[in-house]
Amino acid sequence: MINTKYFLGGYKSILKADSPAIALGACFVAIGALLKNLGFNIQESIFSTMLTYALPGSLVMAESLLIGASLLNIFLAVFFVNARLYPMAVSLFPLMMHKSQPKWKYYFSCHFIAVSAWLIMKNNYKNIPKQHRIDYWIGIGSATWTVAVIGTLIGFFLCDYLNKDILIGLAIINPIYFLCMMIEASKTSQIIISIILGLILGPAFYFFSPEWSILLGGVAGGTIAYLTGELNVK
Amino acid sequence: MSNSIFYAILVTSLATFLPRFLGAVSSQRIREDSKLFKWFNCLAYATLAALIARTIIFPVGALTDASYLSRIFVVIFSIIVFLFSKKNYVFPTIFSAILMAMLNNYL
Repeated sequence: MINTKYFLGGYKSILKADSPAIALGACFVAIGALLKNLGFNIQESIFSTMLTYALPGSLVMAESLLIGASLLNIFLAVFFVNARLYPMAVSLFPLMMHKSQPKWKYYFSCHFIAVSAWLIMKNNYKNIPKQHRIDYWIGIGSATWTVAVIGTLIGFFLCDYLNKDILIGLAIINPIYFLCMMIEASKTSQIIISIILGLILGPAFYFFSPEWSILLGGVAGGTIAYLTGELNVK
Repeated sequence: MSNSIFYAILVTSLATFLPRFLGAVSSQRIREDSKLFKWFNCLAYATLAALIARTIIFPVGALTDASYLSRIFVVIFSIIVFLFSKKNYVFPTIFSAILMAMLNNYL
């Protein structure tokens, strides 16, 4: 089954100096408050975080509900924002594949793919023996998932005490944390070019199509970075 | 309303689980030293960067109420704090929240 030592090692990653607990918790406090304002009850708020566990997706859902979008529109809007999880999964799972590990672990733990857990794993995987990486990953995922659910709960109950300034302060924490994690991850020229092009092209494509901008910017930026890297090697 | 909330949660989690699950399925056949893996690695970082830039420049939710200038200002100062605090993650994140809330209150 799951190796406890590595599972706990992963779980404890939220206690370390580069812990995402504060950033992640703060965002989900904001989400909890937002969901309550939208008329969600406590069970719905918790299930929403547990089942979605992806911040931009929850935000888009909330925005769509506010303007009374249809279910199909909600599905498409969320899918456009969260399609990034596909390349994230493909660039993470091969690092954790080991023939001694059962397949269900991979299918089960794909639910934990979200920026914070992904960046921690990408920044640390080399220190963990390949055979045990999936257990470590399940540990990180469970930890960040717990933080998200607790954050939602706190936000739901503190909703009435959070004014607009505090909510804006909470909302900026997430992009700042991710930016810092990205700076830390910038170790090879390919990754640096990918990040810089993504930062530029993402907003640039917004002028053509707000829905497609993240995907188009990511695919264009990532492909150019990949090709420049490949040409340099040759 | 509560019925539509239930379906909205269901639809949202489906739309989120789908790319995750498909990614896990495709990963079974991709080796970590392959070119395809390298390409997807670049795609993942670029998409994330695109998402971050979009949340800051074209936000949804609470951040829409903060002025464009104040957001850029907070980002630049938080990165400086991050670099000067020997890459500590707690200082810049807390600093950014306080600065953002204050700027929004006084500007």
